[in-house]
Amino acid sequence: MLGQNEEGIKKRMEGRVLKNKIMAGLFFLATSVGLIFLVLLFYRVLTQGIGYLNWNYLTSGPAPYPEEAGIWVGMIGSIMLMAIVAIFSVIIGVASAIYLEEYASQNKFTEFIRVNISNLAGVPSIVFGLLGLTFFVYIFNFGYTLIAGGLTMALLILPVIVVASQEALRSVPIDLHQASLGMGATKWQTIARVILPAALPGILTGTIIALSRAIGETAPLIIVGAATAIYTLPDSLLAKYTAMPIQIYNWTARPQEEWQFVAGAGIIILLAVLLLMNSIAVLIRNKFQQRL
Amino acid sequence: MDKGLQSEGNKLNVQDLIERNKQKTTFGQRIEKVIPWFLLLCAIISVLTTVGILFTLLRESIGFFSNVSIIDFYTGTSWSPWSGEYGVAPLIGGTLLITLIATVVAVPLGLMSAIFLSEYANDKVRRVIKPILEVLAGIPTVVYGYFALTFVTPMFQSIIPDLGIFNALSGGFVVGIMIIPMVASLSEDAMNSVPNALREGAYGLGATKLEVVYKVVLPAALSGIVASIVLAISRAIGETMIVTIAAGATPNLTFDPTESIQTMTAFIVQAATGDTTFGSTIYYSLYAVGMTLFVFTLGMNLLAQYISRKFREEY
Amino acid sequence: MTKISEETQETRTGGLTSKPVVDRKDKQQKRESKNVMQVEDLNLWYGSNQALYEINMDVPEKRVTAIIGPSGCGKSTFIKTLNRMVEMVPIVKTSGSIKYRDQDIFNGNFKQEYLRTKVGMVFQSPNPFPKSVYDNVAYGPRVHGIKKKEVLDEIVEKSLKDAAIWDELKDRLDANAYGLSGGQQQRVCIARALAVEPDVILMDEPTSSLDPISTSKVEELVQELKKKYSIIIVTHNMQQAARISDKTAFFLNGELVEFAETDDLFQNPQDKRTEDYITGRFG
Repeated sequence: MLGQNEEGIKKRMEGRVLKNKIMAGLFFLATSVGLIFLVLLFYRVLTQGIGYLNWNYLTSGPAPYPEEAGIWVGMIGSIMLMAIVAIFSVIIGVASAIYLEEYASQNKFTEFIRVNISNLAGVPSIVFGLLGLTFFVYIFNFGYTLIAGGLTMALLILPVIVVASQEALRSVPIDLHQASLGMGATKWQTIARVILPAALPGILTGTIIALSRAIGETAPLIIVGAATAIYTLPDSLLAKYTAMPIQIYNWTARPQEEWQFVAGAGIIILLAVLLLMNSIAVLIRNKFQQRL
Repeated sequence: MDKGLQSEGNKLNVQDLIERNKQKTTFGQRIEKVIPWFLLLCAIISVLTTVGILFTLLRESIGFFSNVSIIDFYTGTSWSPWSGEYGVAPLIGGTLLITLIATVVAVPLGLMSAIFLSEYANDKVRRVIKPILEVLAGIPTVVYGYFALTFVTPMFQSIIPDLGIFNALSGGFVVGIMIIPMVASLSEDAMNSVPNALREGAYGLGATKLEVVYKVVLPAALSGIVASIVLAISRAIGETMIVTIAAGATPNLTFDPTESIQTMTAFIVQAATGDTTFGSTIYYSLYAVGMTLFVFTLGMNLLAQYISRKFREEY
Repeated sequence: MTKISEETQETRTGGLTSKPVVDRKDKQQKRESKNVMQVEDLNLWYGSNQALYEINMDVPEKRVTAIIGPSGCGKSTFIKTLNRMVEMVPIVKTSGSIKYRDQDIFNGNFKQEYLRTKVGMVFQSPNPFPKSVYDNVAYGPRVHGIKKKEVLDEIVEKSLKDAAIWDELKDRLDANAYGLSGGQQQRVCIARALAVEPDVILMDEPTSSLDPISTSKVEELVQELKKKYSIIIVTHNMQQAARISDKTAFFLNGELVEFAETDDLFQNPQDKRTEDYITGRFG
């Protein structure tokens, strides 16, 4: 009797262990699906685009024929756009973070700002486009210009920069506050000379990651009127402009297959820029991580 | 006073220097007073952004609803703005169809990935796979759109021969791939925060890993998991470029994933790139649709926050 | 405020028989020592929790005053009150007065920043800034508007010499202070505090995270420093208090139980609780 019972338990045990093994395999398989598609995506983009990626492509702008089209005007447009975005979003974002972490007292208003920022991060980017269209394009009357696009994108990534900067500031040990205040330094001296420099790597990393998100954003730029057929580089903040993702979208949307190769080449450049930015962010993080 | 400081034979007296500097640091004192106000001003810009979004959407939507009745807008079933038909249901339907497909793809794959990473993978494997998986979240959506149109659609066409070039299936599928890391990452965080003592209790009774996952980890991490799914859904609702490129521009109230549809976001892009004159009804319709989209995503985000706050596990 | 504190004081001392034995005035007069800080009727609350009760204490000039007591007795809170660092916690309230050279430090006209240049502080664990040794020591002077390179050079050299670490570090002034050993870091922090030539130096368990050799170096340094500075040192180590201090205060549950010449306090404690503590019966 007892022996049989033990036999039964053993058998059931084997079944349970087997089930565990099967499911473990399934879990791994599910994880690899994401990875496989990542590889497929890279492979597809590379094989489609590499043929069109040459010196001519890097140095020319939009053109009516696939063989003559290039990414140059879009790339410079994106870089100028990012410069505007960086200036506005970093100043406003870091200042907001300093206010929230160092100055704000714990009251309803501060809590309101915090909740507001986290909700803003969840607003679809295209809605920011509508905001920019109303305010920057029409009310401020900038029209479909570089500055309108830049300001729209700056607001879009502002929440990301605020949150990253807050985390960086929070990770500065309280010891350093005490040391500086204990020397008779004022609050602002403490922040400017000790806290900010110590938080800088974290802030930089967060900013670069936020910018790398912005540089690939397409939808809000379409709404605030980044043009597709711009043949010269923008020469002022109030100039019309185009950007890399806009060019890529435009080429992708064309029916002839050659244009998809042109788009693929553009994607290779875009992904390379992203890779570069993220590597810099990781480098900064690794270099300064051991310090604090 | 301060005789103790004049140390023997030392010509330098730091406190005297400090004292002398004190007289001329009124500038510094002024900075000290002005800075907090400047910082507050910057913090308020984010509030102004929210106010600006609400103002924009409301004002222009009201302009729209003075031309088109709000009842027709929400009950009509035909969306054809260029011939004056403004029933938003096909756009909402298109958005929901895409979201449904994306959820069906992302939730099982994302959850299983989270279980694998949190419970089965060792530290080394996790540290390699997790960042790679998160690369998926950093790829621009226009690139996904390109991938959906030029790779995923042909792939599905080899299985479903009469699938059109533009269809909800590949758009939704790729949106799903894009939000996998959101589900996986946030759910994994929730599972990781389940204390090991709970797991050890179950292991001590002879449970297998799978049983621990089902009976201990998943129930304990449930609110975090649900919140991650809700957030991912919100992201899918607001996704624009993938569906604009791959899912078509045919407002179409259907739940057949092989058909071409149009989402709310795709309509906004279409209208903004077309010859839409400022002040026309179509121009205003952008905002009425944008408003509807905003309400959807805001509702989802608030729901996610509510879930993770209300049901936060206290260990 | 005062009313509350009186009541609390009564309820506090009601159960315990002895009144605090504070400073035997005759002896102090014999030594003709001047006081640099005077604490009168100091009470302190964290929110609704009272942490310090009716503290009265005169801090003598150019001597080492040690503060001992079991952990949680308020000794650390007390020392941080002397340069108002305790107010970094926003819910702190105080009553009573603390005078630095006859000026009330809680007076609105008396600037915190000024107080802290006069009353410097060295913290429990070494907390150098993630900057070079030079920039660490020059921090205080720079914050107070001293910019001239020659002046700063002189201050840095002098402060490092006074902190007895110049010989070890004179060739590494540009090195990041984070790369130094714990003992070196703590002496750089002392040099940093010395750089503004304060009048009083507060030390909050400065050796608690150091190894024995570094500890003895810091102890020797304290003996040197008292020639120029008045020093108040919190320590959890009674032997250390006995070794390096001239006067010792014993805190228990937020009260100053006894304050006397170190030799007297250790050899002839007047209060039963002091005796119990120094003979190791509790704490």
